[in-house]
Amino acid sequence: MLRRLYPHPFLTLLLIVSWMLLVNQAKLGSLLMAVILGTVIPLLTAPYWPNRPALRNMPALAGYLAVVIYDIVKSNFIVARIVLFMPNSQLRPAWVSIPLDLRTPEAITVLAGTITMTPGTVTSDMSEDGRTLLVHCLHAPDPDGVRDEIKTRYEARLKRIFE
Amino acid sequence: MEFVAEIVISALLVMAGLFGLVGSFGLLRLPDTMTRLHAPTKATTLGVGGVLVASMIYFWVFNGLVSWQELLITMFLLLTAPITANFIAKSYLHLNRGTEKLPAAQDCREWATYAEAERAVEPVMTGAPGQDGPNA
Repeated sequence: MLRRLYPHPFLTLLLIVSWMLLVNQAKLGSLLMAVILGTVIPLLTAPYWPNRPALRNMPALAGYLAVVIYDIVKSNFIVARIVLFMPNSQLRPAWVSIPLDLRTPEAITVLAGTITMTPGTVTSDMSEDGRTLLVHCLHAPDPDGVRDEIKTRYEARLKRIFE
Repeated sequence: MEFVAEIVISALLVMAGLFGLVGSFGLLRLPDTMTRLHAPTKATTLGVGGVLVASMIYFWVFNGLVSWQELLITMFLLLTAPITANFIAKSYLHLNRGTEKLPAAQDCREWATYAEAERAVEPVMTGAPGQDGPNA
């Protein structure tokens, strides 16, 4: 019963939190509106999203967020240094193909978004069967190293969270 | 307290401005579309992030209220920036079909951008873990 009313509990939670942030005030009326939206929107969109993504490991998710934020800050400085001081002739842009162990669409989406948001790499495409990501690197003298780092640093963690 | 907050806010704003400037400068001086694509994703992370943290501290110290809307802006930025970058990259791949040397995908598959519609392959991804494809 509860499962049918709330097909995606995390989506409901996310909608309630977003609505509360949007109105930016802790009033009972806003909370009521948030709960209504959090109930109706998942129910209406459930037919387009039949499977419930499994989030198995919440502490691992928090750890993943910390790693990603640290990497974003660190690589911002690396890319700034490349942009400011490295002549174009020394720049080694490269395409890297990343074979995926992840199978859930949600996990692959998070991985692709993470790769783009950490400066220096942009997810450009995916193979037609969804098992390989095409990533462009701004400066990668060692493309295999980039692939291995993405696999061990992000994908292994995501696998623990989603699969 | 207020003096310290002013210093922290100014430092964050200056740092954010510098990263925004470096991002725009990168857009100017990098050699081609794909390398230029890296510049705007940078400006949105530390550049915009710095302004948002500064705004949170400002409202907290000087107006006495905690403003959480900045978190929402961060969230929407983190959601939309990768999608825009992905679509720019995909149109670049279409425009430079054949001239760009791409690495091979796993199992000799085509990249999705180049795949022919009539022989499209059903994705092997599954929503329910545990009942995966043959390699799982």
